[in-house]
Amino acid sequence: MIDVIVIGAGPAGLAGAITCAEYGLQVTVIDEFVRPGGRLIGQLHQEPSGEWWNGIKESSRMHNEAQKRSVDIRCGVSVYNLEKDKDCWNVHTNIGTLIAPYVLVATGAAEFPIPVPGWTLPGVMSIGAAQVMTNVHRVEVGKKGIIIGANILAFAILNELQIAGINVEHIVLPEKSPLSQSAGEPEEVLKSLLNASHLAPSPILRFGSRFMKNKGFRKLGMKFYPKRGVKVNGTPLQLRKAALEILGKDQVEGVLTAEIDASGNVIKGTEKIYEADFVCIAGGLYPLAELTAVAGCPFQYVPELGGHVPLHSEKMETPLEGLFVAGNITGIESGKIAMAQGTTAGISIAKHAGKGSTDINKKLDQALKNVHTVRQNAAIQFNPEIANGRRRIYELWNDLYGKRQDSLQEIG
Amino acid sequence: MTRIIDHPVLGKLNDRKKIPFTFDGKEYEAYENETIAAALLANGVRTLRVHEESGTPRGFYCNIGHCMECRVNVNGQSNIRACLTLVKENMVVERGKQHPNIVKRMVENP
Repeated sequence: MIDVIVIGAGPAGLAGAITCAEYGLQVTVIDEFVRPGGRLIGQLHQEPSGEWWNGIKESSRMHNEAQKRSVDIRCGVSVYNLEKDKDCWNVHTNIGTLIAPYVLVATGAAEFPIPVPGWTLPGVMSIGAAQVMTNVHRVEVGKKGIIIGANILAFAILNELQIAGINVEHIVLPEKSPLSQSAGEPEEVLKSLLNASHLAPSPILRFGSRFMKNKGFRKLGMKFYPKRGVKVNGTPLQLRKAALEILGKDQVEGVLTAEIDASGNVIKGTEKIYEADFVCIAGGLYPLAELTAVAGCPFQYVPELGGHVPLHSEKMETPLEGLFVAGNITGIESGKIAMAQGTTAGISIAKHAGKGSTDINKKLDQALKNVHTVRQNAAIQFNPEIANGRRRIYELWNDLYGKRQDSLQEIG
Repeated sequence: MTRIIDHPVLGKLNDRKKIPFTFDGKEYEAYENETIAAALLANGVRTLRVHEESGTPRGFYCNIGHCMECRVNVNGQSNIRACLTLVKENMVVERGKQHPNIVKRMVENP
């Protein structure tokens, strides 16, 4: 008999599983990947304190803790359907149907693809794929690379590739198109990078950020942006270059680029081929929420959170009784936030299951406060407006469900 | 391509057991607990399938099971994701193949 099924063995799922187990619940965690940890296992960066954030170590720590509490973790399991049957959830997987009254969906995020012409050639991969190959599988993705797309995720992973000795020669933008949207507009890209100026990849950007907050200066800055780019740890960030096409016969051989104006329009006659044997496309992250949609959860579009997210409370409940969410499925943030949210979801589930003593409400309040504290101290912020996005979704929840918290059973 | 044996932060890779497998009839070596996609890339193989209709080459794209680009044939079972499947001893792996498109041929040569 399983009390809680956790879908996703990343930081949110594992934290939720550990917390549920601490309250005496029987937990099974399932994950599609070959080992637990989710996207945490790829992460490697230096904190402002100088300490290394080593995702592999963090995930082994959580894995051990979960095992100590007899959490059943099964890797290589894919979920293809999720449905409520009377008081229980049926989780349909490739190893059969698992049944439990509570489900925590912690499926994380996926990367936006940017279909640059030629992107199906072997050797073209998402930036996250390069991260996993480098830090998890420890296999070189190539000898000479180009990153298409300039965002926080791209810089974080560029740094990881550089640490591993992988040579990335250029960062360019995708060509402006309905699919690449603002990722192809230098001015917009600069604006989004400046929002994260405290961790800006280059001293020039850090220095310039104070002036660049002003739109006029930003326009001027883009006009005089050096054609060769600004170096990020040795790799030029070329905000005024766009990738028009990825070239090659049987695999990547190079990228056709051209200069672009501040709005991303291609300047004819400036085409140039950069040689490369691998290309990483960095389109940013969106919440991977399909399973909650299949389950029948209502959605809300909140751009600050990364797109469409299942409607949820700050306590990680969804409008469907017994269905909870945590981590990047609720909005794109760092792994540490995901852990704090997972703990919150775990306590919430225990409370719904009638576990814990009278102080469980206090524990839940502490967990909610901890999410705020972790957010305030976050080294990596994917969206500067994240706190506003969170507020909006919680307000919406309170408007729709706040007054009938106790009658939620009827909705499920 | 080669493996990243010595990593300045993540440390040295321990000696792992080598296991033989074949891809399109050719023998390769993988390390224990390595995915098919990682083992083949380490051996310099990037094309994991050809597009079913056009026959153009494809490799892994997302590397974590979302994109379905790395589908290979494993021990006779088609459409297995190379990025989520560990190599087992003497595994027989074949690239995803081009399929005949009967309808299109009928349109082209009525």
